[in-house]
Amino acid sequence: MVGITHFGGYVPRLRLQRKAIAAAHIWMNPGAGAGARGERSMANWDEDAVTMAVEAARDCLTGVDRSGIDSIYLASTSLPFADRQCSGLVSAALNLAENIGSADITSSLRAGTTALIQALSAVKSGDQKKALVAAGDNRAAKAASPQEMQFGDGAAALLVGRDEVVADYLGSVSLTIDFVDHFRGEGEDFDYNWEERWIRDEGYSKIVPRAVKAALAKTGLQASDIAHFIMPCVFSGLAASLAKAVGIAPEAVVDNLQAVCGDTGSAHALLLLAHSLENAKPGSRIMVVGFGQGCDVLIFQATEALAKRAAAGGVAACLNAGRAETNYMKYLVFRGLVEWEKGMRAEKDNKTALTTLYRKREMILGLIGGKCTKCGTAQFPAARICVNPNCNAVDSQEPYPFADQPARILSWSADFLTFSMDPPQHYGMVTFDGGGRFLADFTDCDAGTVDSGMNVRMVFRIKDFDERRGFRKYFWKAVPVLAK
Amino acid sequence: MPSGIKDKVAILGMGCAKFGERWDSGPDELMVEAYLEAMGDAGIEPSQLDAAWFSTHIDELGTGKGGTPLSIALRLPNIGVTRVENFCASGSEAFRGAVYAVASGACDIALAVGVEKLKDTGYGGLPTGSPGTLMPQWGANGSAPGNFAQLASAYRAKHGASKEDLKRAIAHISIKSHANGAKNAKAHLQKPITEEQVMNAPMIAEPLGLFDCCGVSDGAAAAIVTTPEIAKAMGKKDIVTVKALQLSVSNGLEASHNSWDGSYFHTTRIAARKAYREAGIDNPRQDVSMFEVHDCFSITELVTMEDLFISPEGGAIRDVMDGFYDADGKVPCQIDGGLKCFGHPIGASGLRMLYEMYLQLQGRAGARQLGAPKIGLTHNLGGSPNTNVCSVAIIGAQGA
Repeated sequence: MVGITHFGGYVPRLRLQRKAIAAAHIWMNPGAGAGARGERSMANWDEDAVTMAVEAARDCLTGVDRSGIDSIYLASTSLPFADRQCSGLVSAALNLAENIGSADITSSLRAGTTALIQALSAVKSGDQKKALVAAGDNRAAKAASPQEMQFGDGAAALLVGRDEVVADYLGSVSLTIDFVDHFRGEGEDFDYNWEERWIRDEGYSKIVPRAVKAALAKTGLQASDIAHFIMPCVFSGLAASLAKAVGIAPEAVVDNLQAVCGDTGSAHALLLLAHSLENAKPGSRIMVVGFGQGCDVLIFQATEALAKRAAAGGVAACLNAGRAETNYMKYLVFRGLVEWEKGMRAEKDNKTALTTLYRKREMILGLIGGKCTKCGTAQFPAARICVNPNCNAVDSQEPYPFADQPARILSWSADFLTFSMDPPQHYGMVTFDGGGRFLADFTDCDAGTVDSGMNVRMVFRIKDFDERRGFRKYFWKAVPVLAK
Repeated sequence: MPSGIKDKVAILGMGCAKFGERWDSGPDELMVEAYLEAMGDAGIEPSQLDAAWFSTHIDELGTGKGGTPLSIALRLPNIGVTRVENFCASGSEAFRGAVYAVASGACDIALAVGVEKLKDTGYGGLPTGSPGTLMPQWGANGSAPGNFAQLASAYRAKHGASKEDLKRAIAHISIKSHANGAKNAKAHLQKPITEEQVMNAPMIAEPLGLFDCCGVSDGAAAAIVTTPEIAKAMGKKDIVTVKALQLSVSNGLEASHNSWDGSYFHTTRIAARKAYREAGIDNPRQDVSMFEVHDCFSITELVTMEDLFISPEGGAIRDVMDGFYDADGKVPCQIDGGLKCFGHPIGASGLRMLYEMYLQLQGRAGARQLGAPKIGLTHNLGGSPNTNVCSVAIIGAQGA
């Protein structure tokens, strides 16, 4: 059996209230308030498609031996590099082996489902045993555009394999049609969108049913066999009318999370799939549609193994952990949509020595330190001489991953002096329960809630932007975990 | 065990520029200002100088990373000049170099000058350094106040002190230093402050407010050292000698090993123990007359008074609130106003601290004079609580 063996998702904790967006625009667009309901997920300033994909993949790979993964596929339309393989970056952050295949799949909102089909095909062919698929998007939208309200930021990840399959892959169909409902030209920050009525009538309503019918025919299923119909689309009611058109039951239509998250682009189909799998009953069939210059349709059947799976619940947990953000200006600053006074301290050159980054890639990207084989002391960074003053053994350390180690705050401050995209800048000494420590930046924390002794979780984030050269640094930060 | 530096070297003269926002002066003028005072005090000619040590930390000056900026500014007679830097303890390093040169017998008379011109950056606070290619890829995005503020959270957690009690104690530290600085014409900040001002000042890095942070200033200071025999032969009275010079440097333990709890300076304790031993001091709370410590931030001073073994561990809040370190207290601390009022021109601060101790020991401190102190200690710290260099120097009356 080939299918999905593990799944996970990630939605950033900030939820920009659509009312707050509308309130900023109503002076020029009296209609801005209409439909301004609910909230959209909003990436922190230090998140992008890569960091969110890493988080989703970590959720997906909880308890999984990563050494058996043969390939990684990363889907996105908002990757931070046009030429630097981002799947390789995600792989490095996840400490996957170096002898694996990798590909970035991009340039269409269908990229997520396309990546999944590629992974399933590779495993089905027997070439690969386990393939990781991650998708993340944080698309930019112009201020006051409809997309600003419709888009959300998020990521999903699925592990494809033959053992412990929780969603059996029944088959898929793809249509490739150059239907340009929107596009983003080379070097452009924003999408250019055509008329919604045409997209709905000539695009979704004609292309999706064609693909759905072909997929049902290919798998020998009836429309009524589909218990979860995943049809990512921001047009309200369109998924329901498409279901009706092909004969899928209305109750099978999966909520598109528009009210609580927004459309996470190429990740959305996979995010909805991961979310559906959190609650799907064994035996139920799931149809996943990816739309964008054509259409992908995949069909899965939940297995008994799904019921036995320990509930990680990554997507649901993220959706429940939202924090309402009502400051539209903060959104503009985080997205780089407004020129703001950063002060002279922000003028420092953030050039990255690529030689150093490569030499220390396991330390910087993978948060790998050392553990002394003589005295057992874990330490970060690893060094040739053990830091334990009662040991100081030479060349005694073996690689030791810190990212998932339990840790807590020893000391901290909230700093208004240093340049920060989200002042005050929180940072402090983080000590790992199993040994080791370093002075770490904190992120996703609120002033007044941090104190010594709190638990933290390490996350992979953007450290700095090098705007002069179009580069960005990544490293790990600590997220203080509030006691429940 | 080495015999140590005690009484092998005497201070022949010292000088200190007016510290402050010296819009009128560059580093050259500041160096000359401190140097001329020191030369006048010593009563010697440039031709009598055998060698010089020059400390400046942040910016390269004039011709850059060498001894030439000092030699050119002072028109030194082509003697050896060694440029030293060791974070914020650079000034103490220059002094150490000159003292060791005299103690070795290689020089009869040596000069130490420290300078920093900070007020050409366009903003307050210290400029950011250039810590190589690896640290910028993983080091926390911090500032000096945020790094030192870490002490406060760890100190509270360890000793169970309330936020309010600690904030009030560190406020008292700044109030005391401002009261002292108000009597010092060379200080940058010369106004007394109130507790209300301190407590209500804008937050810089929690819990450190504006008045918990030292000023940012331009300045320079200089020392001329020789042997006690030469000083006596030159007719000097009230000779001040070096009793101890110790430097302890972090080796990564605090930053990387969980044995350090974040609430104290590991290096200060080591340097202090060694310095007391070198100076033959058994009971520092009794035997040291006065302190100039590295009060870059109020919390640093509070913690340091424990690490120098003056207040018991966890007891500094009480000593501070009891006025133990006030000008009229048992052991006055920062009698010149400290970094709090002088600001912290990195390369100059260690020498500026020694300058006040020297004046006090010679009874020349004017309105600030403490009676007849015999032993003064300077503590000059560079870096951050988890990675630093700590210099402890003890000077005193010859024979004390």
